[in-house]
Amino acid sequence: MALRKSATHLTPIPSAAATELNSAAPLIHIDRISKTYRTASGGSVKALDTIDLRIGDAEFVSIVGSSGCGKTTLLRIIAGLEREFDGTLWLGGEQVRGPNRDIGIVFQDATLLPWRKIIDNVLLPAQVLKLDQASSSARAYKLLELVGLKTFEDKYPNELSGGMRQRVAIARSLVHDPRVLLMDEPFGALDALTRETMNLELLKIWDAARKTVFLITHSISEAVFLSDRVIVLSPRPGKILADVPIGLPRPRTLDLLSEKTFGDYTREIRRLLDVGQAEAH
Amino acid sequence: MNTAEAAAGQAGPTSGLWQTVMRRPQYFLSPAFLILLLIVWEGAVTLFKVPEYILPPPTKIAESLFLGLQSGLFFHHFLITAFQALSGFLLASVLGIGVGALVAQFWLVEKTVYPYLVALQTMPKIAIAPLIIIWAGYGIQSKVIIAALISFFPVLVNTIVGLKTCDQGKLDLMISLKATRWETFRMVKLPNALPFVFAGLNIAIVFSILGSIVGEFVGSKAGLGNLIIEANFQFNVAQVFAILIILGGFGVSLNLIVQALQRRLVFWSRGADMQSI
Repeated sequence: MALRKSATHLTPIPSAAATELNSAAPLIHIDRISKTYRTASGGSVKALDTIDLRIGDAEFVSIVGSSGCGKTTLLRIIAGLEREFDGTLWLGGEQVRGPNRDIGIVFQDATLLPWRKIIDNVLLPAQVLKLDQASSSARAYKLLELVGLKTFEDKYPNELSGGMRQRVAIARSLVHDPRVLLMDEPFGALDALTRETMNLELLKIWDAARKTVFLITHSISEAVFLSDRVIVLSPRPGKILADVPIGLPRPRTLDLLSEKTFGDYTREIRRLLDVGQAEAH
Repeated sequence: MNTAEAAAGQAGPTSGLWQTVMRRPQYFLSPAFLILLLIVWEGAVTLFKVPEYILPPPTKIAESLFLGLQSGLFFHHFLITAFQALSGFLLASVLGIGVGALVAQFWLVEKTVYPYLVALQTMPKIAIAPLIIIWAGYGIQSKVIIAALISFFPVLVNTIVGLKTCDQGKLDLMISLKATRWETFRMVKLPNALPFVFAGLNIAIVFSILGSIVGEFVGSKAGLGNLIIEANFQFNVAQVFAILIILGGFGVSLNLIVQALQRRLVFWSRGADMQSI
């Protein structure tokens, strides 16, 4: 059923139509944002082309697209790390410029500080944001428990595996209780098995923390498995090709991966990506 | 005579020592080589009747070392040289890290002073030693300055490199949290630079002894470098060798101390002895 609904989105949908589909007051509103990079030789490269996207509270949205399509640029704009762009970014109804404490980020690399114990790594945002120590530390322990690393609080990052480090990074991104969790290919460096486990972990965390998640991924099945909506971006300059709602029931388990409806979604998104790829050439 | 040779002579399968030697030859090869070298040296000097003022035999050097230590002569001069070297090292470390941080953190400072720092670095600092003796006198101060000047640059350069090679992800994390410059410096950049800083300190500690000795060569009243010059004038080559042994031991000890400190403070990056200079 849900799939048939998404089938109407095969052609690039105008942003106004996409708007109607979503909740009335989006938490994040990416309001016709474009980004052009100046190259060293004086030319310019358009990375993003009029992206218009609304993301509701506690919604899980993934972005897929080929390498260099501007996914990461979009994430960096939402994170406030990229300040120069055309268009407007709204967060909770307010225009934002620059970094915002309502945002937690998980990078592709765990970017833990190797000289800090795991618990102190998780507490870093609380420390920088000067939050109350006692309550932050209680929260940090709770988050470590949530990501299954309770007994590792006193270890150092290089004593942990890659998957564990990324779980610490997730705990860290949530310690200041942001409303939005931005994830830039967080599991890209992990092996396939660890990645599946991490996907389940992430759903569990999302379920417990109820955050809006904006996930960038290369993996179509990861996007379908996790998300409420999958946004398909065209090759550079990144444009929204399709906005595919994923109607699979929750809670989702790994059994879902072998079901037909799941395969239909992944095939559909793959097709959309291929169409975008073909049009670009 | 010596154990290694004795063991080599009676290579019985029952000999416990010999078995240990065969199992871990790496621990025995270099001491055995040194002993062999000393024997050849002693033998050759005696055999070819080399005068003591050209090359004394190892036994004479040992004797001179023993006498110098017993009389307290070496200790007195050692304290002076050690004080100069360590003060110079401390001064160089504080200034090197401080100036390095300013250069790495502030664009204007970098543009203003860095060209001169590079120019100074390429200059042989030892050539300035006579000037410093004129300015600061024959006492301890001039040696401290020379030692500091020579060991300043490795610390400076490594600090700058360390502070500038920070992974962008960690910096982005701090930016996304609206951290101040100072917070980013203190919480991320400085600890991140520590392995580099220590690589610089490892070089600086050796350079500071060098500076102290060279300063004494150029003009001094006391210190092991002064004693070397004196012994040289008297053709007391055995004493020169004895002092060199003390200096070598001093250098190795200081290096080990810095490395131990490094293992404690930079525990997360084992074996990070990249030397960027």
